[in-house]
Amino acid sequence: MGAVGRSARQPTRDDGRLLKTVGEQSYLRGGHRHGRRDFLERLLRGLLDAMDHTADAEQLAAGPGVLQRLDPRIKTLGLLTLVVTAVFVKSLVALGGLFAFATALALASRMTLRRLAGQVWTGVLLFTGVLAVPAIFLVPGDALVAVPLLDWTITRQGLRGAAFLVGRAETAATFALLVILTTPWPQVLKALRSLGVPLVLVAILGMTHRYIFVLLENSVQLFEAKRSRVMGPLSGPERRRMAIASVVVLLEKSLHLATEIHLAMIARGYRGEVHLLDEFRTRTRTWDWIALASFLAVAAIAIGWQWLPSIGDRI
Amino acid sequence: MEAAAVHPQTASAFELLDVHYAYQDIPAFNGVSLCIPAGQCIALLGANGSGKSTLLRLLAALCFPDRGRLTAFGEDLSAERMQQEALAYTFRRRVGLVFQNPEVQLFNPTVFDELAFGPLQLGWKREEILRCLDAMLAEFSIVHLKHHSPHRLSGGEKKRVALASVLITRPEVLLLDEPTAALDPCSQSDVVRFLAGCRGTGRTVVTATHNLDIVAEIADYCFVLQAGRLVAQGAPKDILGDGALLRATQLLHAHWHVHADGLAHIHDHRHHLAGAGTGT
Repeated sequence: MGAVGRSARQPTRDDGRLLKTVGEQSYLRGGHRHGRRDFLERLLRGLLDAMDHTADAEQLAAGPGVLQRLDPRIKTLGLLTLVVTAVFVKSLVALGGLFAFATALALASRMTLRRLAGQVWTGVLLFTGVLAVPAIFLVPGDALVAVPLLDWTITRQGLRGAAFLVGRAETAATFALLVILTTPWPQVLKALRSLGVPLVLVAILGMTHRYIFVLLENSVQLFEAKRSRVMGPLSGPERRRMAIASVVVLLEKSLHLATEIHLAMIARGYRGEVHLLDEFRTRTRTWDWIALASFLAVAAIAIGWQWLPSIGDRI
Repeated sequence: MEAAAVHPQTASAFELLDVHYAYQDIPAFNGVSLCIPAGQCIALLGANGSGKSTLLRLLAALCFPDRGRLTAFGEDLSAERMQQEALAYTFRRRVGLVFQNPEVQLFNPTVFDELAFGPLQLGWKREEILRCLDAMLAEFSIVHLKHHSPHRLSGGEKKRVALASVLITRPEVLLLDEPTAALDPCSQSDVVRFLAGCRGTGRTVVTATHNLDIVAEIADYCFVLQAGRLVAQGAPKDILGDGALLRATQLLHAHWHVHADGLAHIHDHRHHLAGAGTGT
């Protein structure tokens, strides 16, 4: 069967780009914009952007960087510890330190500040900001500043509470993003598996990730096919009807796909119980241990900071 | 058509006797009887919707006859019997199916997991799985894809991984549904070469296809299906030489040419696969 491999595609620098398999077939990519984009075009661009984003993330995970070099299990464990630490830490200084550490790790792992701001910080700030801003005024305590005309007062306790909420969310989300963006998804799954996460859960996560792409490709093809047959601008009800019809078609396709996959699994011996092979070879790299020790030390310092009430109270 | 009429001297891998099957109310198989001899390479020919894929699914025990009798290796196959752990294990160990659409078959996060899936379900030991897996990766020249996600692979690569994922358990019977569909000529040639190499090895290979150009190379014997019925069977040269049969079963279509003299001519036509050995 050696001859079968004769025409094997050699990996290229572009290998990580989903565009090679899907995006390059899209007439929308690099296409012209004619004023306001219609519903289908916006939807398609959204789907293609999602695929681009994933391809980008996979490239980053496969590239060089401090976190990329670590054993995924140790990295996942360490970063999850820091996520938990960020949630429970009771000092703003410690929280700031953790946030700075997360940012430094991101930079050392070839992530730009722009990417962090775009993918985590802005979204988290907007979401938690909605919850945090009222607390600045509503939490009773020592008045710091009075807002002119409104007769509202910003309290020290309110400000502190809001800072904690936003800081914890930003720091935890940054650490979580570091796990995802610096580890190829299959490695994340295997790390979870070796850390004792139930097999069924890992298998479901793996298949979900696998078929998200198939469904995304189907969606892109479906909407492009529809778009190619739309002659003019659609009215609101028409757009909604088309969107609902597309959802139904995609649901039917995904159900059909699920049935076929189940048959394919049965054909290969699946009898209702998942068995997976853990391929990790424990290579005890000094780096891994240093990383783990650093993680734990930082976590301990951050947690321990709460027992220094003088500093905590001053902030 | 009597099942026993085909290769009576050879032990049969599968036998169908007056098999009927319907998808809900839509009949897909109407009273088919045939015998697939062990160790032979068989081509199932037929146009789209003729029942080739349904027959493969029946042979793979993924669906079961509504009426009639289906036996595999001399034992009756039924939904009830396949609930028996021992029978199911033995059957899945002996029969492998490669689906037409590799997207259906490649459901694991990486190529490594994909190849390991079958042996793991069959309870193989870790060391044996890893040894066979490495051998299979090398045999199909997909070592460099070991840790790749299937969604990153080209069509030809997906087909090779799908084949390897089934062959890793070394099944006695290999069922293939349109193995050359949607592949570029080079990948098609690779698959055809692999199937041609299976002839005479003792492995039973059943290939569903409507690509007549590959039949002479990959098959010892052919069954022709039309609208859920078996309409012909015979050696490839007999089937391929029967233009009337191929036209009637829509495997061959009339092709118009306007020649230099300005006159229109009709020729039988089928698409030519470079290097596959048979022409139009």
